[in-house]
Amino acid sequence: MSLFHIVLRNLRQHLLSTVITALSIALAGGLLMSIWIVKQQSQETFTRVNIGFDAVLGARGSKLQLVLNSIFHLEASPGNLNQTDYDYIRHHPTVKRSIPIAVGDNLKGFRIVGTLPQLFTDIEYAPHHTFSLSQGKLFDPNKKEAILGSFAAEQLNIKVGDTFHPFHGLAYDPRNQHPEEYTVTGILRASNTPADKVIWIPLHGLQTMGGHDPKAANDISAVLIQLRSPTSGFILDLMYNKQGNRLTFAWPIGAIVADLFGKIGWFDKVLTLIAYLVALVSAAGVLVAIYNSMAARGRDIAILRALGAHRRTILGTIVLEAATIGTLGMLAAFVFHFAIMATVGTIIRTQTGVLLNVWSCDRVMIWAPLAMISLCALGGLVPALKAYRADIASNLAPIS
Amino acid sequence: MPLLTLHSVKKSFLTPTGERKVIVDIPHFAIEAGEQCALRGESGSGKTTFLHLIAGILSADEGSILIGNQDMAKLAESKRDRLRAESLGYIFQTFNLLQGYTCLENVLLGMSFGPGSDKKRATEVLERVGLGHRLNHYPRQLSTGQQQRVAVARALANRPKLILADEPTGNLDPSNSRESLTLIRDTCKETGASLLLVSHDPHVLSTFQSVQDFSRLNQVVQETAQ
Repeated sequence: MSLFHIVLRNLRQHLLSTVITALSIALAGGLLMSIWIVKQQSQETFTRVNIGFDAVLGARGSKLQLVLNSIFHLEASPGNLNQTDYDYIRHHPTVKRSIPIAVGDNLKGFRIVGTLPQLFTDIEYAPHHTFSLSQGKLFDPNKKEAILGSFAAEQLNIKVGDTFHPFHGLAYDPRNQHPEEYTVTGILRASNTPADKVIWIPLHGLQTMGGHDPKAANDISAVLIQLRSPTSGFILDLMYNKQGNRLTFAWPIGAIVADLFGKIGWFDKVLTLIAYLVALVSAAGVLVAIYNSMAARGRDIAILRALGAHRRTILGTIVLEAATIGTLGMLAAFVFHFAIMATVGTIIRTQTGVLLNVWSCDRVMIWAPLAMISLCALGGLVPALKAYRADIASNLAPIS
Repeated sequence: MPLLTLHSVKKSFLTPTGERKVIVDIPHFAIEAGEQCALRGESGSGKTTFLHLIAGILSADEGSILIGNQDMAKLAESKRDRLRAESLGYIFQTFNLLQGYTCLENVLLGMSFGPGSDKKRATEVLERVGLGHRLNHYPRQLSTGQQQRVAVARALANRPKLILADEPTGNLDPSNSRESLTLIRDTCKETGASLLLVSHDPHVLSTFQSVQDFSRLNQVVQETAQ
């Protein structure tokens, strides 16, 4: 009969406290790993998402707002730029490609974005990946046709051939329905980018939607830009941001998003701190659970000692017991972790269209369990020392 | 050469008032190999402390406790544990079985600190005490007499040279008491183990040829009696 067998018996004898303590460890460990991985992945993924563009040109305002609005389809547009501005940047020698977008309408909360078909034919949203249709065909830029991102189509339950009326504004209000009727001609294949949650219609269609200001019929919300070379960005940055005061040139997109993560870094630190605290409380839980059971198991320990068990065997048994609770907890922590990741992943997907890899592995999945198990073993040391010092003779005395 | 020899063994404890009180003071005591000896003693006379000293559960203040050629009183605690596990079997009045373990596991556990767990041997001894059909039963599922038999099996499993039995029939009814005593004595004979049994039950003591009065053996008790 091995030491581990004795430990398993002890755990079974105190099953309820074992399960509760292991669950609290699982929660702490799952939380710690999830926070860590969501932080890493979202930072990596969001700074990489640029749907194939280097920069965004928009109305004067915050670069971050411009990027969030035109790349991630979040936030409100900082304003419009006119056809002249678009024509100028379109023909600028430093610009390789430019795609205009116009926003301002929605369908049940999903944004409707007006753009050119070239966005789907000429642009690689990720290296070697262009947008493709899973069903139907691209919209005709001169007709009231639309294609839907995969996530939007799934959520709205819209198929090719269905029709819809856009609603004015970025927030859904049933009273703001436009009279125009659009026909769905295609559904995009999932790209795991924010484009998946957008309803795409011809640029001209959005510009001339009934109820929109006719004077602004040629205005656009932003221009998505591919540069000819990295140095082009410096030239345009100087021209628009430093010398000009009418427009904003958001470049490079990744750095602007990274800056967002820098700004909300405190939040991430608070979450990590909470996870560490939960981990500490759980380890203390192991200490308390075993310590509280010491009075009940004093006699068992004395019997083991009377049978010839060394003090250090008893010490080892209790520390191993605490470590085993930690191990069981951390095994369950992986279940919690993947459940949290799936939930967070769904929320992020819904809000941004960006897909996190729920099943991805990270070094935290090695060091967090090891640290947690060590912490539990350390917590077990306190009751173990109590058991180590326990007097055999008095604990063996007949119970009256 | 005796299997167990005690010379000038003393054990004292601190009282709550801070005084040191001598509980056991044995000038000389010995048991031969294979001998079965009973000690008569009343409750509180120090006989359990005496057995604990022999088993190395308590350490003597002075004197020597020779088991074979090893002096239990001079050994470090870890070596006392080892000697106890390998050479002694202890049967307690309250059996001291681990409630979370089956009969077989209780016996195996006792063996694990000595020569090592041996399922075949553990099964054999349990069969010998008549519990071959109860190997996987927990103590709470057994009668008092059966629990005592498990304790006997556990004490015998390591083939000890000496069995210490502290009021082994104290919790049993007369019928179980007779049965249990016969079992302990017979199994000790079979294995060649010496037996040192303490009791205050005249029926138990009457079955032994060699009965010593603990109050005569222990100088402290004599002084108290006077």
